[in-house]
Amino acid sequence: MKSGALIFLAAFLALAGSWGGFVLAPQIQLGFNVQTNVVGTGELYPQARPGLAKQGLEVYRANGCVYCHSQQVGQDGTLCEIVLTDAGTNATATLAAIAKLDSELAKLDGVILLARLPKAILTVADMNAAEYALKALEAAGAKAETHLAAIGPDIARGWGRRRTVAQDYLFDYPVQLGSRRIGPDLANVGLRLPDANWQLRHLYAPQSEVQGSTMPSYRFLFETRKAGAKPSPDALQLPAVFAPAFGCEIVPKPEAKVLVAYLLSLRADAPLFEAPLTPLAGAAAATNAPSVSTNAPAK
Amino acid sequence: MTATSSTSPSPIDASCRLPLFTLFGGAAVWLALSSVFGLIASIKFHSPNFLADCACLTYGRVHPASLNAFVYGFAIPAGLGVALWLLARLGRVTLARPWLVVVGAKLWHVGVLVGLLGIFGGDATGFEWLEMPRYAAVILFVAFLLMALFGFVTHSARSRRCESADSSGEDVRRFTSAATNELYPSQWFVLAALFWFPWIYSTANLLLLVFPVRGVTQAAIDWWFSGNLLVVWLTLAGLAASFYFMPKLSGRPLQSHYLALFVFWTLILFGTWVGIPGGAALPAWMPALSGVAAVMTLVPTLTIAASAWLTLRGSTTKCAGGPLCFVKFGVFSLLLSGLMLAVSAVPQISRVTDFTWFGTAQTQLRLYGFFAMTMFGAAYYILPRVTGNEFPFAKFVRVHFWCGVLGTLLLALPLAIGGVVQGLKLANAGIAFTDVAKSALMFLRLSTVGETLLALGNLLFLLNVTALIVRHYRSVCLTAYAAATARLETTEVKP
Repeated sequence: MKSGALIFLAAFLALAGSWGGFVLAPQIQLGFNVQTNVVGTGELYPQARPGLAKQGLEVYRANGCVYCHSQQVGQDGTLCEIVLTDAGTNATATLAAIAKLDSELAKLDGVILLARLPKAILTVADMNAAEYALKALEAAGAKAETHLAAIGPDIARGWGRRRTVAQDYLFDYPVQLGSRRIGPDLANVGLRLPDANWQLRHLYAPQSEVQGSTMPSYRFLFETRKAGAKPSPDALQLPAVFAPAFGCEIVPKPEAKVLVAYLLSLRADAPLFEAPLTPLAGAAAATNAPSVSTNAPAK
Repeated sequence: MTATSSTSPSPIDASCRLPLFTLFGGAAVWLALSSVFGLIASIKFHSPNFLADCACLTYGRVHPASLNAFVYGFAIPAGLGVALWLLARLGRVTLARPWLVVVGAKLWHVGVLVGLLGIFGGDATGFEWLEMPRYAAVILFVAFLLMALFGFVTHSARSRRCESADSSGEDVRRFTSAATNELYPSQWFVLAALFWFPWIYSTANLLLLVFPVRGVTQAAIDWWFSGNLLVVWLTLAGLAASFYFMPKLSGRPLQSHYLALFVFWTLILFGTWVGIPGGAALPAWMPALSGVAAVMTLVPTLTIAASAWLTLRGSTTKCAGGPLCFVKFGVFSLLLSGLMLAVSAVPQISRVTDFTWFGTAQTQLRLYGFFAMTMFGAAYYILPRVTGNEFPFAKFVRVHFWCGVLGTLLLALPLAIGGVVQGLKLANAGIAFTDVAKSALMFLRLSTVGETLLALGNLLFLLNVTALIVRHYRSVCLTAYAAATARLETTEVKP
C-alpha cells in the first residue's frame, strides 16, 4: 500500500498547489474588492446595474450569449497625446519648441498648426516624454495638456476606450467573460450602440441592421400580433424585407426589453488607477486614433 | 480482436458486467445526442435562422448542451467504466459491490438528464464547462462519490485477493511485479482521477453556485476548474487506458514504467495550473503563471509520445481498425493537442489565437481525438469480454474508426487554421468585423462535415453497444426461460 499512499499525497499536493494559486489567491487578492474612485472625478465605480439590466443579465445567461460574445477588451499599451490648448503670445517660440520635439511637425505650416486650438499635436510613448514636451512648450509660453489614450486593435475597433480590468465586473453574477469572438466584444456595447430601438431590431433580425451578420435571430423574444386600430408604441419599425405580414406588428416581450437594458448598461470606460485614460472631451480628442491628428492636422 | 465468443467471462470481468453496461450504455446514448446537438449548433453558422423560433434550440443553449452531454454524459461515465474495470483487472479482484456501482451510474445519468433539461430550459449557470445547474450538480456529485468509493474499495481489496479469481495468469506477469506488489502506472492514473474530480467539482460548485465569490474571481475559479477537468482529469483517465492497452494489444512490454510515472508526476504538477488565458482581466501573475504551466505541459506530452513510440515500435500486431487503432490515434491526437496548447500559451501567439476557433480546435482534438477514441478502443476490447459475446456488428467497428479519424481531423484542423486566420484579421482593425466573421465560414463548413462524420461514427457505436447489451439480456432470458420450462428430473420431485 506504500505507493497507494504516495499517489494520494502527490495528487493532494499538486491539486492543493493550484487550488491555493487560482482559487484562494484570487479570492484574497480580489475577493474583497469594493468600489473605487474614478480618476479625476472621484465618482464611485462601478455602480450596481439598474434592476432591469440585472434581469437582462439573466436573459443573457439563459440564452448563452457568452458563447459568441466576449466581454473583455485588451490593449497593447498607452500613448500620451500632447494637446496644445493655448499657443501663447510668441508663436515663433512655440513653433520652434514644437519643431524641436518633432521634426516632422516643423515642415507643416505654422499658422495651420497653431489654429483651431485645443488640438492634439504630438503623440509620445510615455509620461516622461510627455513631461519633457510639456516643459518645453511651457518654456515657450504656450499651454498644453497631456491626454492618455489606450491603443490596440480592440480599441481601434471601438470596442472600448481602455482595457477591461477586474474592477469592471465587481457586481456581476455570473461574470461571463467569454472565450470566443464569433460576434463582436460587448464590454462597451452600451457606449458603442446606445440606441435601444436599434438593439431591439438587431435582436429580432440581425441582418436588418448588420449586413451579412452571422448572428441568429432571437425571434422568440418578440411577439407577433395583430395591429389594432392604434399600433403599439413598442412595435418595431423594420425594413420591408424583415417586416411582418400586413396588419401584424412585432412587439418585444419583457425578456427582450430587459436584455436590451442590460446591453445598454454595458460600459467599462471609467478611468481607473490601474487602467488610466483621459476622458474624451470636446473637439481636441474626437478621435481614438492619435496618429491622425498628428500627421494630418485639420485643414 | 481475439475470439471470445465461446468463452464465458472470468469472474473479474463478470463482476464488472452490469456497471459497465450502465456506464457505457448511457454514455453511448449521451454521445449520440451530443453529436446531434453539436450538428444543430454547427448548422446555425451557415443558416442563422435555422430553428430560431424556439428558445430552447437557440445556439447559446444547444452548444453548451452538446458540450455537457459529451463531457458529463459520455466522457466521465466512460472514463469511470474503464477506470473501475482497470482497478479490478489490475488488482486481480472482483469489483466491490457492483450493484451499488450500478446505482451510482444510474444516478449519474439521471443527473445528466436533469442538467441537460436545465440547460435547454434556460437554467444554465453561465460558467463555461460548468453549465449544469445546482440541482443537477448535487446528483452528479453524489453519484460520482458512490462510484469512486467502490473503486477505492476494490483497489484496497487487492491485498486480500485470491489468485484463483483470475483464470489467466497473463496479466500477472505483464502488468505487475508480484514480488514487490508494485502498482502498474494505470492504477496511479485511475486513483488520481478518482480523487481529482470530487475536489475540483465541489470547489467550483460551492464557490460559483452555492456561495458565489465576488466579481472576476468567479472567472478565475471557472478557468481553474475547466483546466483541471479538460487537461488533467480527462488526460489521467484516458492515459490509464492508453498505458494499459498499448502493451496489452501490441504484445510488447510498456516502455517504460518509469516514463509512465514521469508523465504522471509532470502532468499533475503542471497541468493543474493550465487554463487562465493570456489576456485575462486578472492580476498579471495569474495568466503569466498559467502560461508557463501550459508550456511546461510539453514535458508530459512529449514523454507520452516517446513512451508510446518506444512501446509500439517493432510490434508486429496489425491493428486493422480494432481497439489498438483507436488507442494509437488517441495518443497521436493528444500529442497534437498538447503541442497546440503549449504553442498557444506563448504570449506573442496567444495574442492572435485568444478568442478564436483555435482554442475550440485544441479542445475538440483533446476531447474527441484523444479521449473519446481511447474510450472507444477500450470499450471495443472490454465489452465483449464482460459479456462473453462478440459485438453483433463487428464490421462497424472499423467504419467507426475511420469516421472517428476523418471526423476529428476535419473538425479540428480547419478550425485551427481558421482560428489563426481569424486571429490575424481581428488584430488588424482595418478589417471590418463582419468580414472577419465571414472569413471563418469556409472553415466552419469543413468542420460541419467533420461533425457529421463523427455523428455517424457515434451512431454506429450506439448501435453496437445497444445490440450487445440486448443480445446479452436476450440470452439471459432465454436461459432462464429454458430453465423454467425444463422438465423436472424425477429425483427432484418430492413424493
